[in-house]
Amino acid sequence: MSLLLDVWTVAAVTAGLFFFLAGTVGLLRFPDTLTRLHALTKADNLGLGLVVLGLLPRVDGPLAGLKLICVWLLALLAGATASQLIARLARRARPPA
Amino acid sequence: MNALTLFGLCGSALVGIGLYGLIVNPQPLRKILAFNMIGSGVFLLFGFVARRGAALGMGGDPVPQALVITGIVVAFSATALAVALLLRLHEATGSATLGAADGDGAPGA
Amino acid sequence: MIGGIFVDGGLLAMVVVVAVWTILVRDSFAAVIGYACYGLLLAFAWVRLAAIDAALTEAAIGGGLTSVLLIRAVVRLRATEASAQAETPGRLQRILAAVLSAAVAGALGVVVLGLPEPAPSLAPRVAEHIASTGLGNAVTAVLLAFRAIDTLLEAVVLVYALVAVWALTPDRFWGGRPGPKYAVEPNGMLAYLARLLPPLGIVVGIYVFWVGADLPGGKFQAGTLLAAMWLLTIMAGLTDVPPISRRLLRIALAAGTVVFLAIGFAGVPLAGAFLAYPEGFAKPLILLIEAASMVSIAVTLGLLVVGPPERSGAP
Repeated sequence: MSLLLDVWTVAAVTAGLFFFLAGTVGLLRFPDTLTRLHALTKADNLGLGLVVLGLLPRVDGPLAGLKLICVWLLALLAGATASQLIARLARRARPPA
Repeated sequence: MNALTLFGLCGSALVGIGLYGLIVNPQPLRKILAFNMIGSGVFLLFGFVARRGAALGMGGDPVPQALVITGIVVAFSATALAVALLLRLHEATGSATLGAADGDGAPGA
Repeated sequence: MIGGIFVDGGLLAMVVVVAVWTILVRDSFAAVIGYACYGLLLAFAWVRLAAIDAALTEAAIGGGLTSVLLIRAVVRLRATEASAQAETPGRLQRILAAVLSAAVAGALGVVVLGLPEPAPSLAPRVAEHIASTGLGNAVTAVLLAFRAIDTLLEAVVLVYALVAVWALTPDRFWGGRPGPKYAVEPNGMLAYLARLLPPLGIVVGIYVFWVGADLPGGKFQAGTLLAAMWLLTIMAGLTDVPPISRRLLRIALAAGTVVFLAIGFAGVPLAGAFLAYPEGFAKPLILLIEAASMVSIAVTLGLLVVGPPERSGAP
């Protein structure tokens, strides 16, 4: 059972890291602000979510697991708000043709 | 050399990098930023010393850790005062550098 | 563990690279963003050093409040960017500066490599006496029981810094409100966040303060969280900064230091020395000091970020 949980942790965290890598590559390679924001939200939502899912079997007690999920939701909220604000500014600065 | 010494060397490197930035950057805001970097390098050195003193189930010597927490808060208040001074200088004289080329700016009302 | 040196080495290499980039990049705004990243990476380094309280404080104040302060400043100083860049020192001065910095860093590195083995430590003495304070978190015990006078002086320094910032007010705005008036966009994203997050933030802040007695946490981290929630509602335009002449604001600022001093002086007749706690009453008194200080720290840090008054006190 614990071997299964270890495999789950490694698999989920690796998948999460893949999304973080994809988000970073998108940040560096995409041409403008809006597309870069799109790439970053993938890292936030999916990457962090998978890492949190992978770490859930390792917590001691349900309260700590709840805190981890809270961290993910707060990071989602902050990322979404920041993306909206930056996107609005970017659209105002350079309206799409 | 074990992994812990790396932290001490990193703290020393940050002090050096911050000192270079303090001397070379002409904008006062970036000098403030470099000064903060020197401070955080010093705090990292404290953290390194604290970790070396780990004993009796504690992860590190708590006294340097308490000094670092106090230091971070005081460093922030000093930064806030420095930034307020800089903004007031900008408001009063229109420039933000410390060069004396343009003569004295009249103190703002 | 053999993996440890790679994890720590990689993390510290990232810290140094971001630090070098922050110093060398041309644009000041980019440097400020680089400093924010640097502060957050440094919080990781603190976790690796098993100093969780310091990591919380560094992430909140170093990576959070300082970055907000610097971003507001760099945006205001944008107009002077070009003329300032013209004053960059020449190549010879930069080489000399690099040599000096390398010498200082090298000297510190030699000290680091030559520290005494085994490492001297005050942890055994703290562990010996911590039971008398009733606390479980050694750092909180050091801050509020064994080195309480340092924390008292720090609270006073924070108030001094705020008074010094207020001293920069133009005469005609004395007693007025700091910072610009933020226009509120009632259905905007920032207003939504400022309605959603502060209740949660306040609960988390009070939790961090309460749990700081036995686990990592404490009043500085809690005060910073509360200050951040306050600043969020100000920047969304949902509340306005109170004028600095308001009595309630000044009472909130002074409350922490006054309570600390009162308990300190009360220790003279009751327990024999300034800031000594009577037998068995240590934990309640410490929590009382922490609660009052948390409110003061939150208000002080928030006001330090918004700066000196720039408008009259009229609503």
